[in-house]
Formats: sequence, structure tokens, C-alpha cells
Amino acid sequence: MFEILKKEALNPTVVRMTISAPLIARKAEPGQFVILRARENSERIPLTVADFNREAGTVTIIYQIVGAGTMELNTLQEGDSLHDLVGPLGVATHTDGMKKVCIVGGGVGCAIAYPVAKKLHELGAEVHSVVGFRNQELVILEDEFRSVSNELRLMTDDGSYGQKGLVTAALEELIQQGNQYDEVIAIGPLVMMKFVCQVTKKYGVKTIVSMNPIMIDGTGMCGGCRLTVGGETKFACVDGPDFDGHLVDFDEALARGGMYREFEAHAREAACSLLKKEVE
Amino acid sequence: MPNMDPQKTPMPSQEPCVRNTNFEEVALGYTPEMAVNEAKRCLNCKNKPCVSACPVCVDIPAFIQQVAQENFDAAYEVLSRSTALPAVCGRVCPQESQCEGKCVRGIKGESVGIGRLERFVADWHREHSASETVIPPSNGHRVAVIGAGPSGLTCAGDLARLGYQVTIYEALHVAGGVLSYGIPEFRLPKRIVAQEIDGLRKLGVKIECNIVIGKTLTVDELFEMGYEALFIGSGAGLPRFMGIPGESLKGVYSANEYLTRINLMKAYQPGSATPIKRSEKVAVVGGGNVAMDAARCAKRMGAKEVYIVYRRGMQELPARHEEVEHAQEEGIIFKTLCNPIEVLGDENGNVCGMRCVEMELGEPDSSGRRRPIVKEGSEFVLEVDTMIMSIGTSPNPLIRNTTPGLETNRHGCIVVQNEDGLTSREGVYAGGDAVTGAATVILAMGAGKNAARAIDEYLQGK
Repeated sequence: MFEILKKEALNPTVVRMTISAPLIARKAEPGQFVILRARENSERIPLTVADFNREAGTVTIIYQIVGAGTMELNTLQEGDSLHDLVGPLGVATHTDGMKKVCIVGGGVGCAIAYPVAKKLHELGAEVHSVVGFRNQELVILEDEFRSVSNELRLMTDDGSYGQKGLVTAALEELIQQGNQYDEVIAIGPLVMMKFVCQVTKKYGVKTIVSMNPIMIDGTGMCGGCRLTVGGETKFACVDGPDFDGHLVDFDEALARGGMYREFEAHAREAACSLLKKEVE
Repeated sequence: MPNMDPQKTPMPSQEPCVRNTNFEEVALGYTPEMAVNEAKRCLNCKNKPCVSACPVCVDIPAFIQQVAQENFDAAYEVLSRSTALPAVCGRVCPQESQCEGKCVRGIKGESVGIGRLERFVADWHREHSASETVIPPSNGHRVAVIGAGPSGLTCAGDLARLGYQVTIYEALHVAGGVLSYGIPEFRLPKRIVAQEIDGLRKLGVKIECNIVIGKTLTVDELFEMGYEALFIGSGAGLPRFMGIPGESLKGVYSANEYLTRINLMKAYQPGSATPIKRSEKVAVVGGGNVAMDAARCAKRMGAKEVYIVYRRGMQELPARHEEVEHAQEEGIIFKTLCNPIEVLGDENGNVCGMRCVEMELGEPDSSGRRRPIVKEGSEFVLEVDTMIMSIGTSPNPLIRNTTPGLETNRHGCIVVQNEDGLTSREGVYAGGDAVTGAATVILAMGAGKNAARAIDEYLQGK
């Protein structure tokens, strides 16, 4: 069950895994997520579906090695199996009827943005993509984005590749050039999505963001993933993860996202020393 | 001769000041001598009022007579005719308002300790009996059960005993539902839940974890896969919040999340990968059994002060009396007639207090309970760093949104035609919290049992 068929590094800290999961592959749509547990006592980690192949019965996930949980996941190799995998969860990204869309992806968020761009491209929409990374070494999925985008802006913070600057600058430029988007779909770090929304609000362009708060069950039981959207409490796992970015309370989401920062730092250190030992 | 002691044979338990620092089981159970002694208190009345008050109709006098005669295996046989989860029921049923509430011995003294005896028999069987489970011959019919909680497990067990091939689909990575994620270890050890579930597997019930009906598969797809009838026991769902300012601050949990982190994700074990806030002062808002569980967990996780904050009085607490008593013994502070109106946060967005008002009770409302009214000018701040909301749940939307023709009420609960649990869809039955909203384990089990009987009648009549 849930055998890892392929594992490849996309950059020094981002890894792509293709996993055998026929039932999930049959239903998955861009924007939905899965929850996995690497081993028997691992955390439940929610990850957005990065790709799927219904015929082959596989789903693809892309993760950044940031904490103890993803470090543990990364100890699994091709041929190993995930202990648990459940999905597809959440509501798929709304793509019907879109004529022209700008996809904004930041860092590992591009992994989630790509299948959305691909689907819109397949549906015949004009797709503009703005993808941003800290530097050249961290760039992922460039060819993939190029193949589904009518226009691609690749940005790096330090200018080591593509254009120097933030995704918001490129997006604003595209809007100012007269591009009329049905929607901007922004997927990346909370801060990036917050600033993208500030830009698009100025121009009155509808903006969808993909939220990834802390969650446990992913089916609407624990309530940990709650967000305030337009003054109402929403659950990212069943109401989202996509929401109208102009209505999301980002500052609250940013604060809640840091709830376990200290615990996570300790866990990461512990995992690091453990893994180091294994290497030695 | 019956034992005419007006009091129940006491059950040994951990001392309150010891147990509130560990997650070991609170009540330790009867020895065989104690059980026999207690069983002899049963008068074996002819009209069996206790049985009429049991949602799953256990033949209570019959099993107790076997205990009195030290035939513990035979006692287990009687129990297992009616319940798939006796070790669970013996621990978590509200016996005082069911079987024991109707016990004749309770008129002049304490009722027979039916729950304690049920628990004893189940535990004794688990520890001593090597009897092989007999798998009933298959009748060739396939039934799917959605949710491996109390109602689903009961329904599956009853159907399997009748020869049905039953598969349970469970969304989480382990079976048990609230028995696994909600009720804490010290009240219901997870190894006991696991063993009772193992008993069902031995009966031939298949349990498929990690499958969310409404997402991975739909109700209609289950029929396409060849199941002839379905039982939906998907549980209660989304936690409710109060809608007061500050509920999104760091340190505000739903009871579901708090308990899930501790129980399902094992945050109580040293070295667990599951993060949880290490709290000093905790307020649990609500007065039900779940609130008691959350408060007692918080204490065991090391909190110095744990409050139950409830807007009505001690008399109105919906939790079982025994749970309230245990909580009090363990040092939980009851702030009743008190209602939060705002959660206060520090500069980093962490909870640092709760603004409350005092309440008084007015005239009875539609629920028959006296309506709490705010006392003018009674505002005060309770200093806490964690707040756990335990004020109920609203039904999960995943199944109703993906099942055409499945009628739900305005609250989102699945509508059933009668106590058989038949829904508006042919061959689809439902029970437990998905139908009633948050209720008890045993009521869910009763619903699962009724549905199993109805499913059997439906498929035999086809």
C-alpha cells in the first residue's frame, strides 16, 4: 500500500515523490490535498496534491524538508511505503469558465500552483504564471510551468536567475500592461499571498489563495485549521483550502501558524541529531 | 441468599492526587471475589426493569446470575449476544440514567453495580478465555459501514454474527472513532478498544482505514462496488465555537482538537511527535462529559489550575455525575454560572485571559432547564493561558454534500424514518451522532444495533 515509486530532489530541500494510491488518483483534482503518516507513530502531515495520474493510479507530492515530520518522511526511499495516506481532501480549485488567469506561485507553493496552471491550460484558458524563489538554487518546476503558460515570469529575490524582484512587482506590471484576469490564483507563503492580495485589491481583481493551516484529521473534526474569512469562522479542510484572498484575515493566520514554532524547533533539532547519528 | 448490603461493593481506584498526574486507568476493576459479592446483590427480578432501560437490551439479570455462580465465561456469552463492546460499555455507559437507574435495589440504597460487573466480565474474558471465535457461515450478502466508531462497530458486529460480509470504512488511520480519538486513556485504555475491535476482525469484519466516504469514495460508488446496504455512522463533526472575540488566539482549542492531540496522536507520551501547548492555567468551556475529559487531560498534562466554566449551575451540568465527582476529586475547579464573553491575548497573540460574566438562573426554557441570565455589572477577568471550547459539534458536511437524495434536517443531521435508522435513500441506514448530534457512546451503539436488525430484515426480504 502507498508504495513510493519514484523519489527525486527538485532542489537541495525540496523533494518530489510519486506514490501508488489508485483510489486517491481516481478522484484527485488540482487544489485538493492528502494527509500522510510516514511511519506508525509519525505526525499527520497535510500536503497538497502536486500531480496525479488516473491510469497509472499514482499521486505526486512535493515537500520541503523543514521540520521533524518532513525529515522523517524524507528517510523513506523508492520501494518503501507510506504508513498512511488519505485523500483527496478539501474542495478542488474552481477552474470552470476561466478565460484568462494569472497564477502566482512562491517557493514550494509552486508545487501546488503547477497542477492548477496545467488544468487551466488544458481547459483552454490563457495562463500567465509568475513564480518566485529566493535564489537560482531553489528554482523548481521551471519547464513544467513553461509548458502550460502563455506567459511566464520567473523571479528571484537576489536576481541570481530570471528577473530580480518579488512576485508582486511582476504581477502588478502584468496588470498595468492591461491584462484583464478573471482571477489571480496565489499559492505560496502566507506573507506572499497577503501582499499579492493587497496588489490585486487595488485593481479590483478577484484573487483566490490556497491556505495551509495546522490541521490534524483533515475531515472537519478537530477544528484546528479554522480561519477567519469575511468575518466568519471557516475550516480549511472542508470549506477550503481555497478562499477569496480579499476576505482572509492573514494576520490572524500568520499568528496561528506560529503556534508550535518552539516545539517544532526542538523537534527539528532532535530529528537532526538523530539523523546525523544514522549517517555516521 | 442475596447479598442485602445497601451499598455497592466498592471498586478500587487510583488515589485522586496520584491519578491526576498520570494517564493510567482511574478505576481498577473488581476482583472475582468482589464481582461475585456484587452479583449476589441482584434480586433477579422477573420483570427486569434494568433491561428495558438498556439501549442494546443486554439480558442483565442473566449475565449477573452467571457471575454470582462464578461462571464468568457463560456470563460473557450472555453479554456478547447483545453487545460487541462490553469492556467499553462497562466503562463509559451512563448506567445511572439507564440500567442502574431502573434497578429495584436502587429504591432503598444503591443499585446493583451493573456497569462494574459488565466491565469485570469483559476484562476477565479478555485476560483468561482462550475460546476461539466461531465465524458464522456467510450468507453471501455484502454490507458497508461508514465510520468505525461505536455505532458502526456495533452494526458491523451484529451483521457479521448473522453471516453478512461487512466492510467498515474509516477516515482516520485507526478504528474506534471517539473511543480512540476522544475518550482519554485513563477512562478507556486504548488497548481495550483495540482488543474489542480485534474481536470484530476475528468475526470476519474488514476494516479499511484512511478512506473518507464523501471524498475517496461516495455512497453511490459503494453500491456500485456491490454492497447491498449501507450504514452511516460518521459521527458528529465540526466543533462549535462561541463566536466571541479572540477565539482565534493561540491557545484556544476545540475539545476535539485538544483530545485528538492527546489521545489519537499520543501527545501525552514523552517524546511524542505531536505538539501541544504546555499550559499553566486552563479554562474548559462547557459542562458535558467531553468537557470533563478535556479538563482532566489538561490537569494530567501538568496544568496547575484547571477550570470548568459553565453558564448554568452544578445541578444542570450535563456530564455524568461520576465524571463530575472524579474531576472534583482531581482538583478541577468548577466555575459555574459563569460565561466567557471575550478571549484576551497578549502582544504575541497568545491567550492571557478570559473576560467573563456571572450568570443567574431564570425561568425554564424550551429544553426544560432554567435559562441562564447575565448578572448586571458582574464582569471579571479569569487569568488563563489556554481555553478549550467544549460546547458541542455540528454535523460534518462531507457525506450529505455528495449523496443525492439523502435528506438532512436544518441542522445538517441525517433524517431517519424511525428507530431502524432508515434514511430517505433505499438501503441506506444511519445512526449515532450523525443523526442525533452529539450524544453518548451507548445511544450510538443502540442505533447501530437497531439498524443491523433492520438491514437484515431488508436484505432477507429482498
